[in-house]
Amino acid sequence: MASSIVITGVNKTFPTPSGAVVALKDITLEIKAGEFVCLLGPSGCGKSTLLNAVAGFSLPEQGRITVNGQPVTQPGPDRGMVFQEYALFPWMTVAQNVGFGLEIKGLPKADIRSRVNALLKLLKLSEFGERFPRDLSGGMRQRVAIARILALDSPILLMDEPFGALDALTRRSLQDELLRIWSELGKTVLFVTHSIEESIFLADRIVVMTYRPGTIKRDIAVHLPRPRDSSAPEFNQLKRELSELVASEQARHEAAERLALTTD
Amino acid sequence: MNEGIQRFKGVMLILGVLALWEAVGLFGWVNAKVLPPPHAVAIKWWEYLSPQQPYDADSGSRLSWLLSGELIQDAMGSLYRVLAGFVVGTLLALPIGLVMGASRAAYQLCNPLLQILRPIPPIAYIPLSILWFGLGNPPAIFLIAIGAFFPVLMNTIAGVRAVDGIFLRAARNLGASRTTIFLRVILPASTPYILTGMRIGIGTAFIVVIVAEMIAVNNGLGFRILEAREYFWSDKIIAGMLSIGLIGLAIDQAMSQLNNHLLRWHRGLEH
Repeated sequence: MASSIVITGVNKTFPTPSGAVVALKDITLEIKAGEFVCLLGPSGCGKSTLLNAVAGFSLPEQGRITVNGQPVTQPGPDRGMVFQEYALFPWMTVAQNVGFGLEIKGLPKADIRSRVNALLKLLKLSEFGERFPRDLSGGMRQRVAIARILALDSPILLMDEPFGALDALTRRSLQDELLRIWSELGKTVLFVTHSIEESIFLADRIVVMTYRPGTIKRDIAVHLPRPRDSSAPEFNQLKRELSELVASEQARHEAAERLALTTD
Repeated sequence: MNEGIQRFKGVMLILGVLALWEAVGLFGWVNAKVLPPPHAVAIKWWEYLSPQQPYDADSGSRLSWLLSGELIQDAMGSLYRVLAGFVVGTLLALPIGLVMGASRAAYQLCNPLLQILRPIPPIAYIPLSILWFGLGNPPAIFLIAIGAFFPVLMNTIAGVRAVDGIFLRAARNLGASRTTIFLRVILPASTPYILTGMRIGIGTAFIVVIVAEMIAVNNGLGFRILEAREYFWSDKIIAGMLSIGLIGLAIDQAMSQLNNHLLRWHRGLEH
């Protein structure tokens, strides 16, 4: 069911008015089938760039990304993406949004309907199928976006700070739900976040990235049993360790921003 | 409550203007030939609306008799031209606008020509339209089509260009083909702009029809008020103008209803 992702020697630069920015440098990373991996780092560290490269939205200049041995050349439903901004189609109802991927696949209407209903139930959205996204709260919209991706039955879930715009309580309940779905359906998850706590709570492995150029600073396996308790001493020890790793990158990020503003 | 008071005030203003207007005639401040009082306009308007012949069962149904009044015939003539011209203009503008919005190359190719043609008011095409199409409906429909074409075109281009890139990424991620993205994402995402363009376009069409009728045809609301001037029927001129205003309002309301229905999903366009 799940698929592995292999990233080998990936480089990516972006042209900017003040010269090329090296977003990713020599990234090599292997994610095993069924693994839950968090990319952690301050903004500008290239974690979303890496995710977009795996999704096939912007391909790297050098290096290789393969999914189950197949090189990534374009976006596709085998790698479902959940965006921070939800990216639901506002002109479609909740049910139509969830069923859109199946419609594209050409499934018969009755199959789409039963599949959509099952997913709405899984994500506790059953009463909202006929509503438009604008009627829903942020947390509910993100549930719809997750249902839309689950409908594709993608073996891989790519998540770009999916809970970043939500309040703390909604965020926690969606994290629980994501873990439940992940363990039930056995997906491979690549999850971008800048929240240390979120990464410890969710991940099998946490990959800490450096600020420009984006490289892998540390790759830490999390061995804590689930469900994880954020008050446990092991949790907090890991949190301290990660905070130190991220803080020095955050400091470089802030210094660079200050420099950019003063030289402007 | 508050809204009721506001509405009441609005009605009072209309009544106040009517009273002032009536007073102008009553006290002989202005010659009634030049500015007839509202009651005279109302009488004339009723005459204009009513059938000209007494009802005769042999010559047709009661409904067709009721609709045989000059005003209704004129209004139907004008509406026919507006709709025909609007449909022609919109059907030309939509595909061109969609292509220009979606393709940078098409935009860069066509935009200079468009920028030169766009500022020419439809009215300026009158001499050419008569040379090309003679008199009657064809030149009028041509002028109206030009009037509707540019607002629909410009808004369609803007609408397609304003589609948020994240929708395109989400659709590609779901495996949508280019055709599916165009039909199911770009088209609905740009409908708010397109409908705004159509609303402006039909408004322009309605302005142009009145002018076109003053020149090229011998019925319709525009023709009638110009004809009334030749006989110095100022009451009929004003009755015709008010009819034009009411029909324009009705068209705009209908468009607005259509917008609200089609854009149920859209926030910020409800009114």
